[in-house]
Amino acid sequence: MPHHYIPNVREIKEQMLRETGIAGIDELFADIPQKIRLKRKLNLPAAMSELEVKRHVRAILSKNKPFTQMPSFLGGGAWPHHVPAHVHSLIQRAEFLTSYTPYQPEASQGILQALFEYQSLICELTGLEVANASMYDWATALGEAALMCARATGRRKFIVPELISWERLSVLRNYVSGPDLKIVGIGYDGRTGQLNLDQLHRELDEDTAGVYIENPSYLGFLETQVDEIAEAAYLAGSKFVVGVNPISLGLLKAPGDYGADIVVGEGQPLGNQVSFGGPALGIFACRGDEKLIRQLPGRLVGMTTTLDGKLRGFTMTLQAREQHIRRERATSNICSNEALCAVAAAIYLTSLGPRGLRELSEICAANASYAMKRLKTIRGLETPIFSSPHFNEFTLKCTKPKLTIEKFNARLLSQGVHGGKPIRSEFPKLGETALLCTTELHTREDIDMLVEAAARAVGGKA
Amino acid sequence: MTYRQARWTREGCLEPLVFELSRAGRKGTSLPPKVLARIKIPDKLIRRSLELPELSEPEVVRHYTRLSQMNYGVDLVFYPIGSCTMKYNPKICDELANAEEAACIHPYQAEETVQGALELMYRLERYLAEIAGVSRVCLQPSAGAHGELLGMLLVRAYHRSRGETRTQVIVPDSAHGTNFASAAMAGFNVVVIPSNNRGRVDLEALKSAVSEKTAALMLTNPNTLGLFEDEILEIAGMVHEVGGLLYYDGANMNGILGKSRPGDMGFDITHFNLHKTFSTPHGGGGPGAGPVGVVRKLEDFLPVPIIEYDRKRYYLDYDRPNSIGKIRSFYGNFGVLVKAYTYILMMGASGLEEVAETAVVNANYVMRKMADVSGFEVEFDGPCKHEVVFSAEPLKRETGVTARDVAKRLLDYGMHAPTYYFPPIVPEALMVEPTETETKEELDRFIAAMREIAEEARLNPEKLRAAPTATAIGRLDEVKASREPILSWKMYRKLAKE
Repeated sequence: MPHHYIPNVREIKEQMLRETGIAGIDELFADIPQKIRLKRKLNLPAAMSELEVKRHVRAILSKNKPFTQMPSFLGGGAWPHHVPAHVHSLIQRAEFLTSYTPYQPEASQGILQALFEYQSLICELTGLEVANASMYDWATALGEAALMCARATGRRKFIVPELISWERLSVLRNYVSGPDLKIVGIGYDGRTGQLNLDQLHRELDEDTAGVYIENPSYLGFLETQVDEIAEAAYLAGSKFVVGVNPISLGLLKAPGDYGADIVVGEGQPLGNQVSFGGPALGIFACRGDEKLIRQLPGRLVGMTTTLDGKLRGFTMTLQAREQHIRRERATSNICSNEALCAVAAAIYLTSLGPRGLRELSEICAANASYAMKRLKTIRGLETPIFSSPHFNEFTLKCTKPKLTIEKFNARLLSQGVHGGKPIRSEFPKLGETALLCTTELHTREDIDMLVEAAARAVGGKA
Repeated sequence: MTYRQARWTREGCLEPLVFELSRAGRKGTSLPPKVLARIKIPDKLIRRSLELPELSEPEVVRHYTRLSQMNYGVDLVFYPIGSCTMKYNPKICDELANAEEAACIHPYQAEETVQGALELMYRLERYLAEIAGVSRVCLQPSAGAHGELLGMLLVRAYHRSRGETRTQVIVPDSAHGTNFASAAMAGFNVVVIPSNNRGRVDLEALKSAVSEKTAALMLTNPNTLGLFEDEILEIAGMVHEVGGLLYYDGANMNGILGKSRPGDMGFDITHFNLHKTFSTPHGGGGPGAGPVGVVRKLEDFLPVPIIEYDRKRYYLDYDRPNSIGKIRSFYGNFGVLVKAYTYILMMGASGLEEVAETAVVNANYVMRKMADVSGFEVEFDGPCKHEVVFSAEPLKRETGVTARDVAKRLLDYGMHAPTYYFPPIVPEALMVEPTETETKEELDRFIAAMREIAEEARLNPEKLRAAPTATAIGRLDEVKASREPILSWKMYRKLAKE
């Protein structure tokens, strides 16, 4: 049976072989030693028709319960937002979707310009001059940032807050394991969650390549000592790296405006579906300092002109940093990135505009603020556990004796509400606590439902 | 057949940038109402200005639709870019990945609410393990190079667990650039070995390169010349003999699907490029996915979590004390995994074998038919697998026209250019991978185009050097782009002011 994705059916293949004097298909595989030839069919299901495959896959997927069908308060690095129909529709344009990396700029101006626009929009958001065309996700962008700091300074220590996602920290440790950089964690104020500046000062030394903070922090509160941290890093000759949720930048000061040398973050909320955590979109931006630019990982799209200088155009540039030219001396091994997600982000940010992003940012924060205000009143719950101001994520602690956060969440789920991400195993000191998130997806009714379900879960009333 | 790419121009540029299209007061989307609540942001953290463009939705749509028209995709043109396997991307795969039950689930949802996602990943892992002949597969890496990095971290973890510090990774000179970079990124020293006069690993060179310092050999098979490493068993023996591991770069797996498996060849670690072999669209650079398969002795080191099934439910297993940890957040590019899973089901076992057979027939057809096109030669004998590398050196000697010129001229024929100047061991290389989803007629058009271009090189080389002219834009000043980099609108405005 010929397969409908394969136009050269058996008769045509035979004709092609005849025309080129090849005895048969086997001749073309004759150089594979007998011992390693697969002498049976692969043990896979037989091919199915499109309809059967569709039914099969839909049947599997139907065992998922999407967050569109129940109020869910999960965030923690993957943030559900509405993806406008036109954003989705545009990135499904086959010319974008089915193109390869734009190695031929003459035939790829579309994706190149869209990526240049993405880079430019990320620069506006972060307050920096340069952004690359994407990394895999926030965590790998952080790993690459640490490596870049080490290359740029010739130093080997990278400082991070203790209150960071364990996944991000684990990725970071793996990324810096090659050059064996030292990762040092800085503690926090037990009441506010703010970074312990005394400890930071003690750790900053002539071997410190970079200081990293997240703002908003992993647990949702704002780090308000950014000027002090930036100055301390600067005085120690270290780079200052800030991790962001880009949606927050509609409301919050650009990290570039408080001294960040590098900004990383998760770009998924910019017009991309959560999709069980991937594809994601690693944001990577830096100051327009030439020394830093030459150390950047990943693809960069630059503006230039045609050879005759008459027409503006875009091309991948500074490729001497990259693996296909520099091989083992490249700044990174990254090749395929998340280009289409970056295009979605460009379309999304262009559609929101400055007022839209600010409004969205406010909606997300206001929903969290409203949720905290109501949840606070429930006996047996504490929210947030840190007194600092929060953006759109916050901690919720179960203080009722013997009620674990998992049990609490299970009780929410049985009432049709998905609670936050338990963080006890990441931060045992913080107790039976979960990290919750609100975005524009949450209606007032969703939040009220959470509050009522939470009250019942701890055996009280809202 | 002639083709002209759409070309939207005004005042010295193609379509303007979104910043240039902006008019104050416009907006391109709508938002739901805000609940009444006081937001407390400290004054010093409040944003004072944000310079994003302001466009209405119709303008946004027209802008990006026009941009899309100035872009080659495999839905539009023949895309024979070597080592990239630009085959047709079935639409059903996109449709299913975009379903709400796939797109709108959160990685931290309770396991009972994502049983479908876990089941799909569990099944995909089993299928990939069968295809490559490996024991377990980690679906997390986001791309091939990411898989290579993971592979190298596994190599290190394995040797460490045996109390050994091995510092060298051996890579043939014909390897993909990522191999060198991935090994270096993981902290290894790269030892490059030359190819022999058959375009394959030189066993003598390998013999003198292997030692107790050898952590691994990285190899792609078929290699980047499209040739099967027919001495792979000897190669594997030599590396294993000294205690090293074998890493399989899966970029070229399309040529051997169902015919031979990396695990059976002796490879310990194998990555897959789902966006190549398994047909998930490459999106102009990504997202891809680069799952990594391993033999049994390396399983314990795989990243957490792995997906398990206890005959009642699927679950994420984090309790793996020897795991290297994470190499990205969450579980991988799930959307891409759904597409690859769908593709495998559409093809089935026989279909995948037909993929390899047809891809190889197509590549050999192009190779043989090009034999009488003067100006191009193939340096190595024997059948190729999924791709063929031509040298345009004879044409260059005769006419001064380069492989790059030829490649650029092909764009005018409504075809994407082959990869050129790679692998670096072939002078004036043109690396052609037709894939199995092209018709004989399209391959004939390609061969005819190459013949015409070679003729043109003799009669009118200037025209060729001026190519392409049918694309939205002609050749760009890449030297200027890297000497005076303009990487954002902000940099551009700053330069304009100066």
